[in-house]
Amino acid sequence: MNASSPLQVAPAAGTTEGYNFGYLDEQTKRMIRRALLKAVAIPGYQVPFGSREMPLPYGWGTGGIQVTASVIGPADVLKVIDQGADDTTNAVSIRKFFNRVAGVRTTEKTSAATIIQTRHRVPETPLAENQILVYQVPIPEPLRWLEAREAETRRMHALAEYGAMRVNLYEEVARYGRIAKGYDYPVEVNGRYIMSPSPIPKFDNPKLDNNPALQLFGAGRERRIYAIPPYTKVKSLDFEDYPFTVERWAQACALCGATDSFLDEVIVDDQGARVFVCSDTDYCEDRRKQGFRGAAPDALAATASGAS
Amino acid sequence: MYVAVKGGERAIENAHRMLAETRRGDPATPELATTQLVEQLTLAVDRVMGEGSLYDRDLAALAIKQSRGDLIEAAFLLRAYRTTLARFGAAEPVDTNAMRVVRRISSTFKDVPGGQVLGPTFDYTHRLLDFSLAAAGTRPEAPVSTTPLAGKLPRIGELLEREGLIEPVVPDAGDAPVGDLTRESIDFPADRDVRLQNLARGDEGFLLALGYSTQRGYGRNHPFCGELRVGRVALEYVPEELGFAIELGDVDLTECQMINQFKGSAEQPPQFTRGYGLVFGHAERKAMAMALVDRALRAQELGETVVAPAQDQEFVLYHSDSVQATGFVEHLKLPHYVDFQSELVLVRGMRVECGQVQAEAAE
Repeated sequence: MNASSPLQVAPAAGTTEGYNFGYLDEQTKRMIRRALLKAVAIPGYQVPFGSREMPLPYGWGTGGIQVTASVIGPADVLKVIDQGADDTTNAVSIRKFFNRVAGVRTTEKTSAATIIQTRHRVPETPLAENQILVYQVPIPEPLRWLEAREAETRRMHALAEYGAMRVNLYEEVARYGRIAKGYDYPVEVNGRYIMSPSPIPKFDNPKLDNNPALQLFGAGRERRIYAIPPYTKVKSLDFEDYPFTVERWAQACALCGATDSFLDEVIVDDQGARVFVCSDTDYCEDRRKQGFRGAAPDALAATASGAS
Repeated sequence: MYVAVKGGERAIENAHRMLAETRRGDPATPELATTQLVEQLTLAVDRVMGEGSLYDRDLAALAIKQSRGDLIEAAFLLRAYRTTLARFGAAEPVDTNAMRVVRRISSTFKDVPGGQVLGPTFDYTHRLLDFSLAAAGTRPEAPVSTTPLAGKLPRIGELLEREGLIEPVVPDAGDAPVGDLTRESIDFPADRDVRLQNLARGDEGFLLALGYSTQRGYGRNHPFCGELRVGRVALEYVPEELGFAIELGDVDLTECQMINQFKGSAEQPPQFTRGYGLVFGHAERKAMAMALVDRALRAQELGETVVAPAQDQEFVLYHSDSVQATGFVEHLKLPHYVDFQSELVLVRGMRVECGQVQAEAAE
């Protein structure tokens, strides 16, 4: 492509030739930014957008990648996590993609990043005002499991007709004695729209509320963008007598001893012995650097060496 | 373990190298040239052009080679390339009446003006493995007809239209904007232009199964293959600065006109209706399935009750795309252990509670 075209931004040195900065052309970025502005103006509302076909498959985070590509600039520092970890295969692949097409600096430190793209987790380290958290979203519609038709769910949102969702939660309480949702737990944004927080564990839901960072959600295959502006009220749906609670573990992180983070259960031998470790690798490492130690700080050394 | 370990980046790189080595196969066998695919695996190339919605035989062949013959992966490669190309406008509607056909058949009349032209078809071959093809041979020559085909072949539908037996085809105003589902998300109910676009690049297997389901009674619409034609048409475009049409080149297309029964309604007398299929390249199965599904999707417009999957717009249009479908199905290979952990905590908690209730009941 011609670098002097008004629709192109000169690529950074060392990036893949023939592609615009951030892969998307400037017209597409403008279209996505317009959708983002609308999404920020109507918190929790799903804005349809002309999602492009990306060189990564649908389901791999094409929505998040398009959002990141539209807001990223040469001065940004990008962090990409999947399941809370910087070194999961897909996080590595997406970070590499942006390194290739935008040449931006990347980091594993939550506090050092200006943009954090995530799948399935919100970092444990609190975010700040100058940060953007970009979520990858598979199914943006929180009402989808109650009503399969898009035309109908859009109408339900327009009329704030959320009775079906309340009844669904009530039925779970009646049947299981609790709201039986572990992840993708629906929230109400700014007292208006019911929104899917993406498949994060409900453990992370409280972090969405009144967060100083801008939170953007991109669903590529379903072609929807939505947002939570900074300092917006986000409430996990519940009942007065069945209040929202988050997961708790009897164990602490085996590596860093944290008791306040989301723990992954890792099976370490053929007998099914397991250890619990922080899902947020940056948080865990940070704590260990500060001198915190768990019960088995070398628990994963054996599995880690068997990497590739 | 493929997650939560350092070295993921190196593992990915090594996996890519192994893929490249495996793709090449035994070096003692000559490497496949993309021109061989273009010339000898033409129907695979056509399918990839259709579902990749990019008419370029060489790139489609390259994609097939790169994907080791996985045609959905090849369509994906083509799509990801296509999306980076600049759009400079929409072509003029193609005139398939003027198609230079290699094949043209109608199953509704014994003979039709212009004649039945069988062309290169598998239809009447006996499906016996031809072991002579396992060895290299010379190219067999097909006989050449002495009577040239008519320049313009009227469509069968037009003959029925004169009698008012079939719904007329009413062209849009020439300047009516055409929807583009690659640039905008679909709104429901979707107009027919967007529906046809979706079907034209939809997965052949999915459309085949849906079309088949209408024949077996799930939204039955009594189809006849009014006409199927395969051939080459000129593609024209009007550049703004010129103001008249110029020819950009030729494309090979397969077109199918289904004729379907319609019992009539309070407002309309009984009349045949149409289903339409148009696909890049030589793709008869796809064009026919597309025409069946197009007709089924017109249920609402024709006042029929929507009862079957093939008649349900959201069901068909949201699930027809092989690239979207394969992405979302295959993404289950990505790590999901955080969500799974949430489920474990939840189910364990519920089992503990359940055990307590049972223990209390036993006391």
